Amino acid sequence: MIKLYTFLKYFFITFWTVFVVAPFLWAVSTSFKDFQSVNSKVTYIPWLDFEPTLEGWRVLIKSPAKGGVDIVEPYFNSIFVTCTASLISIVLGTLAAYALSRFTFKAGFVRNNDITFFFISQRIMPPIVLSIPFFIFLSTIGLLDSLLGLVVVYIVLLMPIAVWIMVDFFNRVPKELDETALIDGCNPYQAFYKVVLPNSIPGLIVAGMFCIIFGWIDFFFAFILTFTEVQLLPVKVVALNSSITPWWSLSASALVSVAPLIIVAFIVERYLSKGNLSGALK
Amino acid sequence: MNFKHKFVFLFPGLFVLIGILIFPIIFTIRLSLSGWNSYTPEMNFIGITNYIRLFTDDPRFWESFFRLSFLSVTTVILQYVIGFALAMMVWREIKFKRFFRVIFLVPMMTTPVIMTVIWRTFFHESLGPVNDLLGGLGVKPILWLSDPVIAKFTVIIVEVWQWTPFMFLLLLAGLLSLPKEPFLAAAIDGASPFRKFVYVTFPLMAPISIGAIIIRLIEASKIMDTVFVLTSGGPGTATETSSFYIYIKGLREFQMGYAATLSFTYLVIMIISLTIIAKVLTKLMIKE
Repeated sequence: MIKLYTFLKYFFITFWTVFVVAPFLWAVSTSFKDFQSVNSKVTYIPWLDFEPTLEGWRVLIKSPAKGGVDIVEPYFNSIFVTCTASLISIVLGTLAAYALSRFTFKAGFVRNNDITFFFISQRIMPPIVLSIPFFIFLSTIGLLDSLLGLVVVYIVLLMPIAVWIMVDFFNRVPKELDETALIDGCNPYQAFYKVVLPNSIPGLIVAGMFCIIFGWIDFFFAFILTFTEVQLLPVKVVALNSSITPWWSLSASALVSVAPLIIVAFIVERYLSKGNLSGALK
Repeated sequence: MNFKHKFVFLFPGLFVLIGILIFPIIFTIRLSLSGWNSYTPEMNFIGITNYIRLFTDDPRFWESFFRLSFLSVTTVILQYVIGFALAMMVWREIKFKRFFRVIFLVPMMTTPVIMTVIWRTFFHESLGPVNDLLGGLGVKPILWLSDPVIAKFTVIIVEVWQWTPFMFLLLLAGLLSLPKEPFLAAAIDGASPFRKFVYVTFPLMAPISIGAIIIRLIEASKIMDTVFVLTSGGPGTATETSSFYIYIKGLREFQMGYAATLSFTYLVIMIISLTIIAKVLTKLMIKE
């Protein structure tokens, strides 16, 4: 019985690992192929099945005028938009979460929980519902097809995540901590800044990582709200996916764009194993 | 504590969010009462004509909505079962525990549209590796993307690959935060692993499970990127979800007014049904 269970366990783990890794291996292999080795028959292993070339990788840094793809600029755009929106969301979201966790709000039938729900419920909004009005809104104020416009939109996407994680986190930070600080003569802002924040670093890191993930992987808003001036990475990569797809440069650019966040997986795992995440995520 | 400080903390975030959202929401409601399309691009007022059209004369929207319900419920159930199983497996000591944890987390860090582009080549019916390897085993080529039934399952496979890690992460974080005492008590009583799971682990995990399922349902109901790249709603309308249908109406056919009607109706349905699902799940799982 126990042996069967152990066998099934390792079988399942192996199966899932292969399933997770398979598309990456396929992409790595494809990125070194040329037209011939993609379109004649299915090939897998370089040198054995096909002669590898670096063409797929080379076009990534060539300018479009020379037939390249140039993903360098979209790369920096993506980094800028994601980081700026995450930072603003974290700052505003953390302040709001602290207020919702420590003070009582009453306005008619509205209580703390309702305000928290209001923040989090913004995630229910499907991107398509917002994209049409945002399109008109941003074109009215002249921010269509600009980085700033995207940052504004991404704040709506990311702040709910920051509030969700930080409210739970602050609820676990003992209240005595700020009370002691207040008795010691701090005003509420100092208590928050000097005592509560330094004790909330794990929560902030988790919230930050989640904001970065969900900002980095967004495609739809960038797709609708930008055209030529500003391009984000996902839009650029998907644009390669036309009728005659150059699979090699597609794979290479896909790998380059998903690579940075894979580091985040290691950070998350570290926090998970140290036990710091359990409190911050529930 | 002092009364007015609390507003200093809350209001910046609250007002920024409301400030950004108030215009889109009011605008959507107003737009839904207009006949804005590519022939008459203006904010006229046609009453509830659009709503009548939606409720009496648009089976395609309701089909896409039921398709969405099917896809999101199926994927979330699969993600929950697989995510829970994976979390249980790497919860206690096993060899290469940290390696497997990282591997299981990786897909959620990758951009869905970009991975879907890779999946599209992966499932390509004549040049993709899946059909080629299956062909080696003597299986006839499977029409992953062009058969109306199989295409749905292809979407499900990709969604499960992409988002099981999220479920896994929430559940594993939950498992790691469980108190030790109930497990010690069960061990002293000599409970079998199966009974331990049914009577100790699962009930303790119920609140976390509900939270994780609801968060995933919310995110899954927005499924759009995968469909957009993988099948473009096709073949025919076989994988068209509500979001994608609204996208076609609004930004391809430019029936802005009608698309706003669809958006607003869809949003109301989503909020109501997610609230009901949350209540029902809480009742079902906490009682045990």
